[in-house]
Amino acid sequence: MSLTASDVKKIAHLARLGIEDQQIESYANDLSSMLDLMTQMGQADTAGVAPMAHPLDQMQRLREDVVTETDQRDRFQSVAPQTEAGLYLVPKVID
Amino acid sequence: MNSQWEAVIGLEIHTQLSTKSKIFSGAATAYGAEPNTQACAVDLGLPGVLPVLNKDAVRKAVTFGLAIDAKIAPHSVFARKNYFYPDLPKGYQISQFELPIVGNGHLDIDVDGVGKRIGITRAHLEEDAGKSLHEDFHGLTGIDLNRAGTPLLEIVSEPDMRSAKEAVAYMRKLHELVRYLEICDGNMQEGSFRCDANVSVRPKGQQEFGTRAEIKNINSFKFVEKAINHEIERQIEVIEAGGTVVQETRLYDANKDETRSMRSKEEANDYRYFPDPDLLPVEIEESLKDEIRATLPELPETKKQRFLEQYSLDLESAATLTSSRELADFYEQVVAESGGEAKLAGNWMTGDVLGALNKAGLEIGDCPVNAERLAGLLKRIADNTISGKIAKQVFDKLWNGTATADEIIEQEGLKQITDTGAIEAIVDKVIAANPVPVEQFLSGKDKALMALVGQVMKETQGKANPGEVNKMLIGKLRG
Repeated sequence: MSLTASDVKKIAHLARLGIEDQQIESYANDLSSMLDLMTQMGQADTAGVAPMAHPLDQMQRLREDVVTETDQRDRFQSVAPQTEAGLYLVPKVID
Repeated sequence: MNSQWEAVIGLEIHTQLSTKSKIFSGAATAYGAEPNTQACAVDLGLPGVLPVLNKDAVRKAVTFGLAIDAKIAPHSVFARKNYFYPDLPKGYQISQFELPIVGNGHLDIDVDGVGKRIGITRAHLEEDAGKSLHEDFHGLTGIDLNRAGTPLLEIVSEPDMRSAKEAVAYMRKLHELVRYLEICDGNMQEGSFRCDANVSVRPKGQQEFGTRAEIKNINSFKFVEKAINHEIERQIEVIEAGGTVVQETRLYDANKDETRSMRSKEEANDYRYFPDPDLLPVEIEESLKDEIRATLPELPETKKQRFLEQYSLDLESAATLTSSRELADFYEQVVAESGGEAKLAGNWMTGDVLGALNKAGLEIGDCPVNAERLAGLLKRIADNTISGKIAKQVFDKLWNGTATADEIIEQEGLKQITDTGAIEAIVDKVIAANPVPVEQFLSGKDKALMALVGQVMKETQGKANPGEVNKMLIGKLRG
């Protein structure tokens, strides 16, 4: 499988990664190789093998529904670029 | 709707599960706190934090699954849904994709007396996002992450509904159910119960579905019906004008009563789900299901049937009284306290009590007249101490004070006159003073009797028994 330059640009955009135009070709090659490996793995006979969602053969432990966290807003907001009235401020986004 | 067309509707409903803490952190979920005071390091997505799943959120999801007769996945998996938005600090929402906790189930609705079974495709656990405030920050957006990480159960229906009315009936039924189960407070103003609708149209008789549009965030029963009807009409107009419906997300604007395009779905839709490596698969043991099944409350439909049989109510009253658990419990307490006045209690609850609550904008839980005091009033109606008319006066006093019905009746001297002699004297007086209706009655106009009864009731300030007065008048006039 071979990815095109526009595939690479789209993937980079979805991940919000900035890549230089001259890097696109090498990314395209690397990503294509990975997809080839996936295709090869896809050919393995997995009939009768249960799909694996996690490499650890364990089940999720659950916590009791208890409030354990106290308000640390001031500490968290001391490292935020901009805050006002208790809110984090970010560049304007609106649909 | 134009009869050549058929609408196809499916709903996605997000219910906030009423846990004390968040789905993956120990921060509080209480509504209305100061911004960001309930957003801990996990909710903020700070580096190095790990999610730990809330047991109660899992139990509530299982409770819902059992109530809709669904298969509970013995093994379910959390996945990352990737997208960028400032109120989602991690850059992904933890949700479920391939293996949701609740599988196929169903809910029965009733529209204008016709029953219909609506399929529920799945229900999955996920975390809520924060809130963006777009106004008033010098061109910037304010972010409050208190809601981030609040547990949601997203309930996805099959495209089984064919009209806005059916969609609303389904939504109401689901709303009633999650409150019965006490897994969600159902508060729509606070966003605890939110609805997205997938709507498409097709020519009647066609099997394939048309292209659908998704209408986002319609948060009242009234708006759901209006938004869906509007969208159906819009799509028919587009097609009849020779155009095609585009798959997109639309936002309902309640002020203008229209839907408008929000964004084209293709780009936004590329969520690149994959299993979240921070969370292990969730195993639900048979024993947990058995334990939850044993504590399931009586469900609305079962309760309604029982009310019909046990209390001989009519269908409408039974449906009204079982529309919430609080109301049903209140009714049953009134019946018990009044010594079994089921019919009378039903009439009063669905009439005067709900009417007064409605007028005052109160819920049954805030009713100023508790079950015991209401029962005290009903007992005095049942044993003919007071007439129905006087009872309404007593009810007003119960509503506005703290006295019992007996105290009010005693203080205000409202007891029905049981002294036949006294009533007889008044009846005689009324007959003598009203020759016209007397004449009319005697010449065959039965209705004229009502005027005379009214006069007697007026003379006695409502304290005579109207039935007795009626009998006495007829006896005297025809005697």
